[in-house]
Amino acid sequence: MAEQTDYREPEPGRGEEFSPEAEPLNSNGQNSLLEEEEEEEEEGEDLFTEATEEVSLDSPERDVLLSDGPSPVTPPASLISPHLPHNHLYTHCSFDEMEEEDTPDLFDISILVSDPEKVGEGMNAYMAYKVTTQTSMSLFKSPQATVRRRFSDFLGLHGKLATRYLHVGYLVPPAPEKSIVGMTKVKVGKDDSSSNEFVEKRRAALERYLMRTAKHPVLLKDPDLLTFLECSELPRALSTQALSGAGILRMVNKAADAVNKMTIKMTESDTWFEEKQQKFENLDIQLRKLHCSLDSLVCHRKELSVNTALFAKSAAMLGNSEDHTALSRALSQLAEVEEKVEQLHQDQAGADFYLLAELLADYIRLIGSVKGVFDQRVRLWQRLQDSLLLLQKKRDAEAKLHANKPEKLQQARDDIREETEELEGKVQQGERDFEQISKTIRKELFRFEKERVTDFKEVIIKYLESLVQTQQQLIKYWEAFLPEAKAIS
Amino acid sequence: SLVQLACNSSKTRSVSVDLNNDTALIIDIPDALCERDKVKFTVHTKTTLSSFQKPDFSVPRQHEDFIWLHDTLVETEEYAGLIIPPAPPKPDFESPREKMHKLGEGEATMTKEEYTKMKQELEAEYLAVFKKTVQVHEVFLQRLSSHPILSKDRNFHIFLEYDQDLTVRRKNAKEMFGGFFKNMVKTADEVIISGIKEVDDFFEQEKTFLLDYYSKIKDSTIKAEKMTRSHKNVADDYIHISATLSSISADDSTAIKKHFEKLADLFEKLRKVEGRVASDQELKLTELLRYYMRDIQAAKDLLYRRARALADYENSNKALDKARLKSRDIPQAEEQQQLCLQKFDKLSESGKRELTSFKGRRVVAFRKNLIEMAELEIKHAKVMLTMIYRCLFDNAYAIMKLALNVVTSRPFP
Repeated sequence: MAEQTDYREPEPGRGEEFSPEAEPLNSNGQNSLLEEEEEEEEEGEDLFTEATEEVSLDSPERDVLLSDGPSPVTPPASLISPHLPHNHLYTHCSFDEMEEEDTPDLFDISILVSDPEKVGEGMNAYMAYKVTTQTSMSLFKSPQATVRRRFSDFLGLHGKLATRYLHVGYLVPPAPEKSIVGMTKVKVGKDDSSSNEFVEKRRAALERYLMRTAKHPVLLKDPDLLTFLECSELPRALSTQALSGAGILRMVNKAADAVNKMTIKMTESDTWFEEKQQKFENLDIQLRKLHCSLDSLVCHRKELSVNTALFAKSAAMLGNSEDHTALSRALSQLAEVEEKVEQLHQDQAGADFYLLAELLADYIRLIGSVKGVFDQRVRLWQRLQDSLLLLQKKRDAEAKLHANKPEKLQQARDDIREETEELEGKVQQGERDFEQISKTIRKELFRFEKERVTDFKEVIIKYLESLVQTQQQLIKYWEAFLPEAKAIS
Repeated sequence: SLVQLACNSSKTRSVSVDLNNDTALIIDIPDALCERDKVKFTVHTKTTLSSFQKPDFSVPRQHEDFIWLHDTLVETEEYAGLIIPPAPPKPDFESPREKMHKLGEGEATMTKEEYTKMKQELEAEYLAVFKKTVQVHEVFLQRLSSHPILSKDRNFHIFLEYDQDLTVRRKNAKEMFGGFFKNMVKTADEVIISGIKEVDDFFEQEKTFLLDYYSKIKDSTIKAEKMTRSHKNVADDYIHISATLSSISADDSTAIKKHFEKLADLFEKLRKVEGRVASDQELKLTELLRYYMRDIQAAKDLLYRRARALADYENSNKALDKARLKSRDIPQAEEQQQLCLQKFDKLSESGKRELTSFKGRRVVAFRKNLIEMAELEIKHAKVMLTMIYRCLFDNAYAIMKLALNVVTSRPFP
């Protein structure tokens, strides 16, 4: 009954193949999937407790890298949920059964963002969204939770997760971007299609953001995320200026950039990282290009929809003016058909946008995170090099002291010994940090690639279904019109 | 650039009904040559009429020659009571040429494959414009040849037969006619037409109808054109999307590779069909509307001429009254009045005939084209549906295969 787990350490060189018989490399010393599974089912405790018990002080998983916030807990290498319910992770997919076979998800969670409601008036107004979480995981207090959140709450959550996890190499999904123009329109009370579209776009983006974050096995267990999803009252997140997705990345990257610019390039001992970095650079460029083309498609299809509507009205007028009865009726029917076709184009443009374009936008931002963690790794390497340099200097100084004045200045020698030991400790810690982040990044990228495959496959199928829908409707409408045209005598 | 086109005109003819019914005179444009902006049409005539020197002959003609022919017919007073078929519009390659220019500027931003495809699309558009202009010139001649009166026109025969350059004759004609009709202020025609007191119900109805219908059909033509153009833009976007998906797929080493490859392939197939949907729509709908818009203008011109004739008649009545009052020049005035009345009656009789058959023609043409358009829409949608289903199953199959971890020995049928 060994189910494929989503999150485990890959053996080196295995790449992204799907292999259900993989051997678990469990940091907790347990080799068998089954053992752990039984254990969990016996205890029935929530995962959080179990994880804290298993992590010992000697475990290399202990994370002391962070200066603030609680240490992220590395989950045990296998997380299994006994049953895999349908439809939970993907809310509108009809190929779910097949998806499960491919990558059986262990996270039984469904998060919906809905019912945007304007609160307040004028420039202080804001949109509140309903966030509904449905789950059977024991991590949560109850199987269903509904809370109301505003956009800055999301940014606040992201800010906390980013500060906590980005620094150690976890790919924290970026939050949706702020938009001054879009939001102002809504505040000012413009109830037109463009501000409705903006709210819908944001709602969908927030939903995707939460799902993506929840899918991350480490982030899911973060107390702030749980609070966000479950608690009815949330302290207002202030200064979200710096905490937008882009803002966080800028913070992380600024330091990295500064370092990169002044020192020598990192001597990459691991070609894996070099390869991956190049690959993501290329992918970034390609995805941006694709996104651009899709934007153009959405724009043109919307134009087509508008022009079809205009033509429909014109055809109706022409039909009214026509004095031949049968032709007049046919022209009116034509106008009706074109009106329906207009709606089809509108819907298809929606699919173009919400399915394809937004997915690409999400991934372009995610790749930004990937670049961020790569840079963070370089930064840690830099720190290590600095420590090594200092250590060497201290050692040289120590040796000099030894050579010159062997007996005198015992105090000085003691001092230097102390400092050297301190630096040695720093170096060791630096090496551990670097190793840790390298390991984490490998894990994260493996998971990322798997998720990318799943996401894209799912969206492609949904999109194809939308195309099918459009063509089927077109056939229906024109087949209904044909007899009308033939009836002209 | 030099584009030679041997086009089978019977296939491309669309907006009017079969005009070559009268086998005594069959006209077509079997091929044309395009040099930069100048189009040279080969006008081919097959006839059993003895009024022609040969039974089968061809001459080269330019657009300007067609215009000359049209104008001479319009200015022939004898034909004042007829709907003169509208002159074919000037060949307009502006749109594809501009796009070609823009494409050249943006060449650096796209891959070689993308560029080649866009160029192919533009060449197809260029060809479509070309075909359209040939068709519209051909239909003009065929309208004439199937008209009982106009087909006998001397200038028409000259146009068909004269094997020298018509340019000289064109110049002479301008001097001869002096454009008596063109000198009239045409912009005021609607006012004049609506201004007269109509005694004939038929013409009263026609007047109301044509004036209103003209503005409506003009609007529909413009809107239809915008709609078709948007459709073409969507098809063009598919080219870029397909190309980028291909390159991503080429670089990808995950399970996504196959999916993107198939999606790229689908977009490439779809864009060809979408392009055809757009051009079929243009031919069956936009061109239909455009053609009849111009035809209705020709009908309006007829009404205008009749209105002027009525005005002349009313003036002649006034002159006669004045003459009787003054007891001077009465016989001249009476003669003038009689002439005007005859002219007016002749115009009315002929006009009624023409307008009635025009309506019949219009209804038949609309029926034919609307049916054909609907049939084509259905056909293209079915083709696209098949392509999309195929891609959907290929994608699902790939997922299934992965899930079941089955290696098949034969490819998906």
